[in-house]
Amino acid sequence: MSHAHVSNTKRIWTVFGYLSLITIVEVILGIIKPGILHNNSLLGLNLLNWIFIILTLVKAYYIVYAFMHMEGEKSALRYAVILPFIFLIIYLLFILLIEGNYIFEVFKNSTIKWNF
Amino acid sequence: MSTVTTANSGEKVWGGGDNQPLGASYGKLMMWFFILSDALTFSGFLAAYGFSRFKFIETWPLADEVFTHFPFMHGNPQPMLYVAFMTFVLIFSSVTMVLAVDAGHEMKKDKVVIYLFLTIIGGLIFVGSQAWEWKNFIKGEFGAVETKGGSLLQFVDTDGKRVALADFAATLPEEREQLTRDKGRWFMDEPTLPSYSVAEVQAGFKAHPNILVRTEMIDANKKKTVLTRSESESRLKDASLVVEGANLTRNEYGSKLFADFFFFITGFHGFHVFSGVIINIIIFFNVLLGTYEKRKSYEMVEKVGLYWHFVDLVWVFVFTVFYLV
Repeated sequence: MSHAHVSNTKRIWTVFGYLSLITIVEVILGIIKPGILHNNSLLGLNLLNWIFIILTLVKAYYIVYAFMHMEGEKSALRYAVILPFIFLIIYLLFILLIEGNYIFEVFKNSTIKWNF
Repeated sequence: MSTVTTANSGEKVWGGGDNQPLGASYGKLMMWFFILSDALTFSGFLAAYGFSRFKFIETWPLADEVFTHFPFMHGNPQPMLYVAFMTFVLIFSSVTMVLAVDAGHEMKKDKVVIYLFLTIIGGLIFVGSQAWEWKNFIKGEFGAVETKGGSLLQFVDTDGKRVALADFAATLPEEREQLTRDKGRWFMDEPTLPSYSVAEVQAGFKAHPNILVRTEMIDANKKKTVLTRSESESRLKDASLVVEGANLTRNEYGSKLFADFFFFITGFHGFHVFSGVIINIIIFFNVLLGTYEKRKSYEMVEKVGLYWHFVDLVWVFVFTVFYLV
């Protein structure tokens, strides 16, 4: 190894604690679906879904940085892997979700009835 | 490079040189770039799911009505619990994997063996759970009717509780035999016939005045719209097919694309988990044989560990996209 390795069992269990906690929160929110979060939306997505997506990204961060040990790699490797991904996924979601929404509106406002 | 028994035979150098670009060995760097490309593949699938969902946003099935099964709790819907269990299994197997990698850095063979074994067990439990989830999804629970226009009608009682076709469909004296290859020509067969015909569902509906039709349309309270009795009767007149369970063509949950995406994305992920288990087993035996002890490096465990964590990472997103959002 280019970097001296220290055993980090403690860090592993802490991260496991975080991941479990986040999953439990997600599951509880998913079962209860509090009306105040579920029925108010921000930027076309309801608040509950925003919470789910943010919590998922936090989980993804811990898996990649702690479990896959990205935090121990050189920053060049870190960015070579992460930046293309972040750029492409934002680009892809931006294009596809806006297009999906556009087609939904075309269907909804068209003179041809498709859902009967 | 060629044999496993040669100690330190340049595993961590590139092409005989002694430099390591980006501070990582060839294998590890390539594993990272494989993961990057595979992550983009999965992103493509999930983004396509998002596209189709936004396209049919008003009629998409509600996940917590679809995935309600839990072992030994039949007829008692438990949304989220089973998939939460699966998530924990996979996260925990990720923890044992990272512990195996950690023990490998310290050259503790016995600990690597134990943790890798636990990881394999976790992976097998996950794949088995997914098979069970698929079984329930394919079998279905309530059944539904498809109209001539291709939309789906489900049945509820006056309290809004789902009613299965078996609970109200009439039995009419009509015979319709399944066409199988041994009864016709070798190339003649047909998909499995549903348990009830459209006429039987319609007759049963007439005989049970407390049953209403529920459409796919999601109302302002994020619930599926339940029609009045007279509306239900007129909608049911357009019924053309009885749908039970799910296949790639149609499913009893709602939008046809829903089952396609479910099978494709969870199937592709399940295939990754399965391959991960196989790779882990190979590495497990290599560890047992002392291959990495002789090599004086457990980096191979680290590389398959990266793949295994990636599988967990993908599941975290599949979990959110399919079951939560």
